Amino acid sequence: MSDAIEPRVAAESPSAVDAQIALWREHMAKRAGVTEEEVDELEDHLRAEVDDLTGAGLSEDEAFLVAVKRLGAQHEIAREFARENSQRLWKQLVLDGDDSRRRESDDRSGWVPVLVFGLLAALFVKIPSFFGITFDESPEFYLRNVSVLGIAGVAAYLLWRHRATLGYVLATAAGFVLVAVAANLYTLDVDGDALPMTALHVPIAVWVIVGLAYATARWRQTEGRMDYVRFTGEFLIYLVLIQTAATVLVIFIGVVPTLVGIDTEYFLTQWLVPCGAAGAVIVAAWLVEAKQAIVENMAPVLARIFTPLFTAAFLGLLLVVLLSGEVGDLDRDLLIACDGILVVAIALILYNLTARGADTSPGWFDWIQLTLVGSALALDVVALTNIAIRITDGWTFNRAVVLGANVILFVNLVVSAWLLVRLTRGRASAVRSLESWQTAFIPVYGAWALFVVLVLPPVFGLT
Amino acid sequence: MDIPKDLVAASAAPLVLSILSEGPTYGYAIIKRVSELSDGELSWTEGLLYPLLHRLERQGHAHAYWANSETGRKRKYYEVTDEGRAALADHQAQWRAVVAALETTWVQARKSLALGANGGVATA
Repeated sequence: MSDAIEPRVAAESPSAVDAQIALWREHMAKRAGVTEEEVDELEDHLRAEVDDLTGAGLSEDEAFLVAVKRLGAQHEIAREFARENSQRLWKQLVLDGDDSRRRESDDRSGWVPVLVFGLLAALFVKIPSFFGITFDESPEFYLRNVSVLGIAGVAAYLLWRHRATLGYVLATAAGFVLVAVAANLYTLDVDGDALPMTALHVPIAVWVIVGLAYATARWRQTEGRMDYVRFTGEFLIYLVLIQTAATVLVIFIGVVPTLVGIDTEYFLTQWLVPCGAAGAVIVAAWLVEAKQAIVENMAPVLARIFTPLFTAAFLGLLLVVLLSGEVGDLDRDLLIACDGILVVAIALILYNLTARGADTSPGWFDWIQLTLVGSALALDVVALTNIAIRITDGWTFNRAVVLGANVILFVNLVVSAWLLVRLTRGRASAVRSLESWQTAFIPVYGAWALFVVLVLPPVFGLT
Repeated sequence: MDIPKDLVAASAAPLVLSILSEGPTYGYAIIKRVSELSDGELSWTEGLLYPLLHRLERQGHAHAYWANSETGRKRKYYEVTDEGRAALADHQAQWRAVVAALETTWVQARKSLALGANGGVATA
């Protein structure tokens, strides 16, 4: 594509205009949201205008002044460019001045609401214990409900933060009620298979519903869903950071008073940890929303670092499996491990996408991603062959869940692999297709999670 | 005449696609062509055009490449893709529908005015 790029050939003696344009370039490049290549394009525009004006009889200096003036104020151009680039750079906050998004973020980004919603979230978590349902006596209740109780506050905060209309507030509330009912509908054997699977799938359904609260009217659009994916990544990173600091705090409160003979265990386990965790979730959501500019691209950076490492690991695993000579007789947990591998591959693709520009030309990194997906798929094919052999001695609840998830992830990755091939061939539209394809799966994950929680247990007679 | 912002924004993508389907071209030439086509009524800014071109590129409606201009400067050219032509066909159908609807009501309004006001003076 970029066959004819050389340093400016038409360099006669460097004139005063060249110096001025160099200065203009420097200023333009400093504006966030405008890429180097875009500045090149604008410079060509500026020079074409200068040529036209000098042709009409203006001196070079005059022509430059008029051309720059016509090109419009720098911050206006930068704002428009940033708006177009924002989907990948997520830099809405650099847009100066009168932008509506900026105003919106200003009067609802304060810390007082965070305190209020944090208390609300802590209340959600503590409500069951007011009715005598404590963690020590009924851990089963918390296994089923902890994600619903813990995340409801975040959904409320996001709805308020994004000025959701009543329709979306009601839809989100209905979603939470549906998931809560699904999570608690059946009496499950405490030591059975269905309870851990329910505990694992309820958070997935909750995550999808919070997506509705986050994206509101944009939930149908790829951009809205991609923003939610970005939000999720940064949210988890903040949560890990907060948790690290909180652990230190808990150790201090737990250990130091015992030295003087005061037992803080009850306060810690019943109040500080659950309420602190609920509040931390709100704080993390607030930080992502308010400080997008600071840690904005952490998740894509991690994805970029770990993509080659995971690719190497997957290739190594594949080699080990194939060389072990037991391809048809592998351990029963292998398929679960493969589900994990596919999830990692999808997550890496997704977060590499969040920071990718559509006009970025294909490079070595896309080949690595393709290798990543290819090796994950190859591993999965081996695992599927195994499960197909084993399934002949009967379906169980666990096999149905693991296999169903595997099929969904497999379909996702096969099409993603095909789109990545198109991408490496330089099809600009492939990036967008990949985004739409990946984000189209978000509701599918939610539907599958509900299916596992609601439909499969009775089918296998586990209720 | 001052064409309102919304109308400029709505017509921008179909106009660029139409100009690109005349042949590969670049930003500055597109702005001049728009001004020429509209008898100077539409004067686009770079803040409108370039982000739009990049969006069309991202959607796969346009393909961009760098090449040397006649003066030897490197320049980014755009050409329409098959997907872009399909999108342009959609735009054309939509705009024809809108224009047809407006024209019909205006012709009718003109007729009833002419009948009521006893002479066709009121046609602006």
